[in-house]
Amino acid sequence: MSRRTGLRGRLAGNRTVVFCLAVLGLVAAVAVFGPWLSRNDYLSTNFDLVLDGPTWAGGHIFGTDQLGRDLFVRTMLGIRVTIAVALVASAVSLVIGVFYGMVAGYARGWLDAVMMRFVDTLYAMPFIFLVILLMVAFGRNFLLIFVAIGAINWLDMARIVRGQTLSLREKEFVEAARVTGVPAPRIMLRHIAPNLIGVVVVYLTLTIPQAILVESFLSFLGLGVQEPQTSLGALVHDGVNQMEGAPHLLLIPAVLLAAILLLFNFLGDALRDVFDARQEP
Amino acid sequence: MSLLLVEHLSIRYAGAHRVRDLSFSVAPGEAVGLVGESGSGKTQTALALLGLLPASAAVTGSVRLEGKELLGAGEGVLDALRARRIAMVFQDPMQALNPYLRVGPQLLHIVRRHRIGEPGDAVERVRDMLGRVGLPDPGRQYRAYPHELSGGMRQRVMIAAALIAEPALLVADEPTTALDVTVQAQILELLASVRGDTALLLITHDLGVIAGRCERMLVIRSGELVESGATRDVFAAPRNEYTARLIAAAPRLDAAAAPATGTHDEVLSVVGARVRYSSRRQGGLEAVRGVDLSVGSGEAVAVVGESGSGKSSLVRAVLGLVPLASGRVIFCGEEIAGAVQTRARRLRRDLQLVFQDPVGSLDPQMRVATLVGEPLTVHEPAMSAAARRDAVERTLARVGLGAHYLHRFPHQLSGGEAQRVAIARALIVGPRVLVCDEAVSALDGTIRAQILSLLRDEQREHGLSIVFITHDLAVVRGFCQRVLVMYLGALAELADNSALFGAPRHPYTRALLDAVPVPDPAAPGGRATIRGEVASALTPPTGCAFHPRCPHAREVCRAEVPTPRQVGDSRVACHLAEDI
Repeated sequence: MSRRTGLRGRLAGNRTVVFCLAVLGLVAAVAVFGPWLSRNDYLSTNFDLVLDGPTWAGGHIFGTDQLGRDLFVRTMLGIRVTIAVALVASAVSLVIGVFYGMVAGYARGWLDAVMMRFVDTLYAMPFIFLVILLMVAFGRNFLLIFVAIGAINWLDMARIVRGQTLSLREKEFVEAARVTGVPAPRIMLRHIAPNLIGVVVVYLTLTIPQAILVESFLSFLGLGVQEPQTSLGALVHDGVNQMEGAPHLLLIPAVLLAAILLLFNFLGDALRDVFDARQEP
Repeated sequence: MSLLLVEHLSIRYAGAHRVRDLSFSVAPGEAVGLVGESGSGKTQTALALLGLLPASAAVTGSVRLEGKELLGAGEGVLDALRARRIAMVFQDPMQALNPYLRVGPQLLHIVRRHRIGEPGDAVERVRDMLGRVGLPDPGRQYRAYPHELSGGMRQRVMIAAALIAEPALLVADEPTTALDVTVQAQILELLASVRGDTALLLITHDLGVIAGRCERMLVIRSGELVESGATRDVFAAPRNEYTARLIAAAPRLDAAAAPATGTHDEVLSVVGARVRYSSRRQGGLEAVRGVDLSVGSGEAVAVVGESGSGKSSLVRAVLGLVPLASGRVIFCGEEIAGAVQTRARRLRRDLQLVFQDPVGSLDPQMRVATLVGEPLTVHEPAMSAAARRDAVERTLARVGLGAHYLHRFPHQLSGGEAQRVAIARALIVGPRVLVCDEAVSALDGTIRAQILSLLRDEQREHGLSIVFITHDLAVVRGFCQRVLVMYLGALAELADNSALFGAPRHPYTRALLDAVPVPDPAAPGGRATIRGEVASALTPPTGCAFHPRCPHAREVCRAEVPTPRQVGDSRVACHLAEDI
């Protein structure tokens, strides 16, 4: 019996990972290219076709909203924003959070104390205040959402990674590496980081839905994505207001949002197994 | 009629047999030993007896206790039998006790749950039981939390919990494996004396434990019974080849002494080493209190002591893993000090360490090839990948592993294979000194013998010096040229192999020797000649640290700290070394 071994083998051998990646890839592709193929654009209103249900024949396959705009194109636009927020949030907490937490946890002592007090200070800032501060400084900008979400997301990750590193560095295999003469950067990169992946991936899958919800919340407050731009969160919010007359306005973006969140969660769960060499039989 | 009758017991997980067609019986009041190496299915068998196997286990056959079938019995039936008729003592008492409940109430719960005796006497009954298992002050320990007790005391509590309902059968699964040898002797004596009419099924990997304690023994291997019979007969004339190998592999104190090897060129010496740990809450404690040691080239030196003796702290300070409070470490005539990161690269090459837990000391995410090659990557960055691979293969061959191990992960190795990998990783850079911290303690008898012979070859052929930390004097006898016995951070006795085993001078050395279980039913050893456990280093006793446990202690021992001096062939720290 041939066994798939190594990281690539485990990736390809895990059906959940392959399935989730394929579906997420498909959704992203439709979100990026779909609007180009559609006859409609996200701006044009059509007051003859307000709150119209989904039809193939009319060209509005997801129907139209209260201003007669095409919901399909707007939903695809929303998915772009949602996936972008998810990717930026995870990238920031992955790059900054993991590195920062690992250094603090491995160094211990005063460096750890200083680094973690800095994290505490950022934590203590009210989030909305931080966003408003950013807006005052840089003006209203779509990118600020990413900066704001990124700025808070790595804090949790740094704390979690630091705690994990503190316990990992006491493990015998790390002590063995130190006695052998392996320098600290290599220990962190080759011994600590690979053993962190389980926790990091699980935490990332919690971060992504959280970031998506924060984005919706900001948009709702008028601090995030502004009309006529939109996001899935904003679409769901709009849909709630039209729930009785035109349920498709709520159902379509809500189902898509839930599906994307679920895919990310399943993906994270399966990736944790894939990245752990101990799962190899 | 037998008390416990096991017939054709098989346990399978996902189709794979862990126990296969096992049949045996235990008579009322009898002590039976069940011996097997790790993976032999001995713990699975014990769990099956108590109905504690997970649902994923497919169990067939029959287990009858006093005629009642236990396999497939409902929780209600089992519940009525557990504690009252059949009870169990586990290996790790810390995990078997609830850390959030005081000891007394935990036992009280058993008494009340099973309605043992008069309800009004329950508390008195628990206190009485705690006293019977040898807790020094049952009134106080009744209110103690498990973490406030030492390992030996916790195991006593477990035994009290198991015996409080006077069950017909006590199953003890490696009850002393996690304990020090002197404590082990005390617990085994306690089990023999306190159980009364309760039959005992003693499960262990240590033939020495069985030899003196059980009338009959069963040997299982890979889930199958390979031999059973009266302990005396099995030891005298094992019928099975595997049993014979097990008995031969068990280290004995009366074995031939390790041959003198090595030269007296000093490779490593430690002078007046002190190690202090400070803790904000409890103040400082001195783990090592002025120890001298020297290691010759090609020599194996044992550092022996119970847990808390400071043996690990001493070598960790030598390796630079913990700071030395005072004293000097001299390597090849050159003073080395300071943390391992600050030492010259050459020094880090020359001193290598092998740990007790082979799987824990290997990074679970790395393959064997990377693990063994890593020291070369660090110390010889210029080496080509092909040359490194070559060196890895050669070193693996040296420790007896073929090239097909290169792509394995640590969890795919057995304990013995993993320890070979750990040794290969240490040897690949050609060290002068190898420190083995309980490196064979966690291994099965036959594997341990192989690893020791591997280390002996390295010592002979490459002039490797070995510092061998262990609590097991039987292993030291056949392996080390010199022995340092430590007690509470200080030297108790330092002598050559033959002097130490032939004429031990320090009462502590004698007690350690007495406590070693010997795989010989005629002279089983394992006698507890000293009581209690090592005192806390936070509050060391006055005078000689050993005096509270010493059977010979006099006034002078309480008052004055003994300085090490030469008595016969030994260096001894005892006021009475000449008189006893």
